[in-house]
Amino acid sequence: MQQLTTDHSAPLAPLRFAFRRPSGWTLSAAFVALIIATPILTVLGFLFYPSGDTWQHLVDTVLADYVTNSLLLMLGVAVGAGSIGICTAWLTSMYSFPGRPLFVWALLLPLAMPAYIIAFTYTGMFEVAGPVQEWIREHFNLRYGEYWFPEIRSLGGAISMLSLVLYPYVYLLARSAFLDQSVCALEASRTLGCGPWRSFFFVALPLARPAIVTGLSLALMETLADYGTVQYFGISTFTTGIFRTWFGLDDSVAAAQLSGLLMTFVFVLILLERWSRRQARFHHATNRYQTLPNIKLPPLMGWMAALACLLPLFFGFLLPVGQLAQWAVMTFTEMVNEDFYELMMNSFLLAGAAAVLTLIPALILGYGNRNHATPLSRFLVRLSAMGYAIPGTVIAIGVLIPFGALDNSVDGWMLEHFSISTGLIFSGTVFILLFAYMVRFFTVSLNTIESGLAKIRPSLDESAKTMGYGGLEILRHVHLPIMKGSLLTALIIVFVDVLKELPATLVLRPFNFNTLAVRAFELASDERLADSSTAAIAIVCVSIIPVILLSRTIAHSRAGQS
Amino acid sequence: MNDWIKLLVPALALTLLSAPVLAAEEVNVYSARKEALIKPLLERFTQQTGIKVNLLTGKAKTLLKRLQSEGRNTPADMLLTTDAGNLHAATAAGLLQPVDSALLKAAVPRNLRDPNDRWYALSIRSRVMAYSKKRVKASELSTYEDLADPKWKGRLCIRSSSNIYNQSLLASLIRHNGAEQAEEWAKGVVANMARPPKGNDRAQVMAVAVGICDIAIINTYYMGVMLEKDERQKKAASQVSIFFPNQGGRGAHINISGAGIIKGAKHRENAIRLLEFLVSDEAQLWYAKVNHEYPVKAGIPVSDIVMAWGYPFKQDGLNVGELGRYNADAVKVFDRAGWK
Repeated sequence: MQQLTTDHSAPLAPLRFAFRRPSGWTLSAAFVALIIATPILTVLGFLFYPSGDTWQHLVDTVLADYVTNSLLLMLGVAVGAGSIGICTAWLTSMYSFPGRPLFVWALLLPLAMPAYIIAFTYTGMFEVAGPVQEWIREHFNLRYGEYWFPEIRSLGGAISMLSLVLYPYVYLLARSAFLDQSVCALEASRTLGCGPWRSFFFVALPLARPAIVTGLSLALMETLADYGTVQYFGISTFTTGIFRTWFGLDDSVAAAQLSGLLMTFVFVLILLERWSRRQARFHHATNRYQTLPNIKLPPLMGWMAALACLLPLFFGFLLPVGQLAQWAVMTFTEMVNEDFYELMMNSFLLAGAAAVLTLIPALILGYGNRNHATPLSRFLVRLSAMGYAIPGTVIAIGVLIPFGALDNSVDGWMLEHFSISTGLIFSGTVFILLFAYMVRFFTVSLNTIESGLAKIRPSLDESAKTMGYGGLEILRHVHLPIMKGSLLTALIIVFVDVLKELPATLVLRPFNFNTLAVRAFELASDERLADSSTAAIAIVCVSIIPVILLSRTIAHSRAGQS
Repeated sequence: MNDWIKLLVPALALTLLSAPVLAAEEVNVYSARKEALIKPLLERFTQQTGIKVNLLTGKAKTLLKRLQSEGRNTPADMLLTTDAGNLHAATAAGLLQPVDSALLKAAVPRNLRDPNDRWYALSIRSRVMAYSKKRVKASELSTYEDLADPKWKGRLCIRSSSNIYNQSLLASLIRHNGAEQAEEWAKGVVANMARPPKGNDRAQVMAVAVGICDIAIINTYYMGVMLEKDERQKKAASQVSIFFPNQGGRGAHINISGAGIIKGAKHRENAIRLLEFLVSDEAQLWYAKVNHEYPVKAGIPVSDIVMAWGYPFKQDGLNVGELGRYNADAVKVFDRAGWK
């Protein structure tokens, strides 16, 4: 091989071909992945304990329910969130119709709404004893049982709630893919005789597949990990089963085995995603970019398109926020005080710190995996990415145990050698909470960065190398500017996710430290819905701003635009 | 590299700044009771004694897991929780230390404290029947066991078996009647349910008011809260009446909220003072009047709302710690009976 720089290790040249010395990137990637995977490995470690008769009891009674319901939930949300997300993304990318500039960013708004909040709100509105049905009964002089009304607290209800709240993941990623696509490919397909529908299904959709699959897998992992909604609706899934087994039957081993089964589902999901990408290359074939056509739709089609975009926005955001706002106004003077502002500051700072901290390992791993991957590092990266699908409480337990052990052994060691008790260093502080967030939301950062990196042609790297740039410099001067959109996306999604996060925060937070999510949940689960509305609305409002910023970045990040 | 260090340093600073600083006079409480229900009382304590109370709320079982993993170095001094099952679990995990206080023993009856002095009850609640005034006569009601009778088919509303209060009720039935009969009972109740379990206790009362079912099983204090809350809940709650089961026999099932001192507590004396404050007349009166619970101390009056249901009533004299012993069995029985 020709080398353009002097080769100081020439004497060892023959050995080079015998084995590859792991590069610094691979080592640090593996190290980071291992740290993040530790809580997951802790939970999995329980699987090697001897299984008691609890597992048999579960198999005999409820396991079939858990599996069926989880599968149905996933299927329903895949169809629901997938169709809403893809449909709206395509409409807003390609066509011009009334209200489109508004919908472009407004369709992201449900991202700001936590799933459990929307579940509580809709239940409060549509349940049998709620105002809507009461109105129906009064106005039509009916009693319960004499009329049909969809039962909100059901599997169908849960699927609807989750689809409404999770479709923005698919919308976001599909839209950035559609925006980035080469118009040339589309135009070429049109000249070859494809109509608009065919070029959508056979050209644009397949090209956008990695983004769509990423968006769907994020949505499905959130679905698998959801606890608040399914618990409130009375649906037995893996998450409720894990809680019940861990805390009700007090059997950590059986609960860990359930978690293991859940993680197998996730693993299959991830493998499917990888397999669907296989050999295909999705980077841009050419540097020539035309502006997107923005086809103007005829009036009737235009209004239908507007309606198609309005419906998810209305049900996923406008209606629940309207109800929350009404409750918040009612309870404003009672609930908003100094305490409340402290709550807001805590939530904000926590989310911001977590977003930044999660980006660093994601960059290291994404980058390391791209250029210097070994099968081991690839495996570790996939393992550490599973945190997203694991219920927050399980991660919290998985984080508590190693840090508790670490703290206690450091304390023990210090006591032995220096007679100083260091007490708890990590547990009981914000650090352990931030770490849990990192484990849980690492996937989000990683996936977003990886799809950003996938857009960069390998030849860019190669030409930079011929100009003398080393690895880190390529990252700084070449990749980061191109990936700015992806980085910002990753930061923002993690920020909003942490703001909404509930179960891990509940378990791990330090003394006298509450977040908006905790406050909203405690009040809502006590059926003090009106009182919880101020905290809920604050979460939503704070989350809206980054969501809008996000959509503007997407709109302007089309390559080839100034 | 420099850019990354610039990000790491503030993150570390944030961590260090937020590490808890141990002040002089304070006590650290892990509470499974919600903040709103307990904070005013704790603030009274601080006013009277000058001892600052640091509060962390959470679900009982997650607090237990946290205590277990924190081990010897836990910052917590006191565990405050509802349901005797949770207190039993804490003692079984070796988390609580005995407190031999004459004041506590005088205030709390024997069946409401740990035989080894590791926890004490602070308030009592009973799990009772709330029946529709229009569709059910009090004379038709008798015992918990009777609820499995086919005459109640399609007329019962009761919450999910994943809730600890139901688990404790079933635990008491296992203790009194044996596991087999308890399972038969659970199956009978499931057959009589008007709908699969949804929502919490208050939702069951709302269901009775709407006409979905005729009897709901709830904890007494929820009725008190509903009658004082917003109009909708008040309207629903006034359409039901309370019935105490098993009055002719062993008495109605009761449960408690209680507290214990954590083993290795750094502020043991302060924690004991807080515990003694919580059984004082003032605190017991607060539990009764504001929370609509039953006080553990004799001679404390209950709220007017609670009085109207009939007080005193015959209470199951079982030591409430027993409810925890049979908790795991109860969960299994629920699973076998198909009680979701």
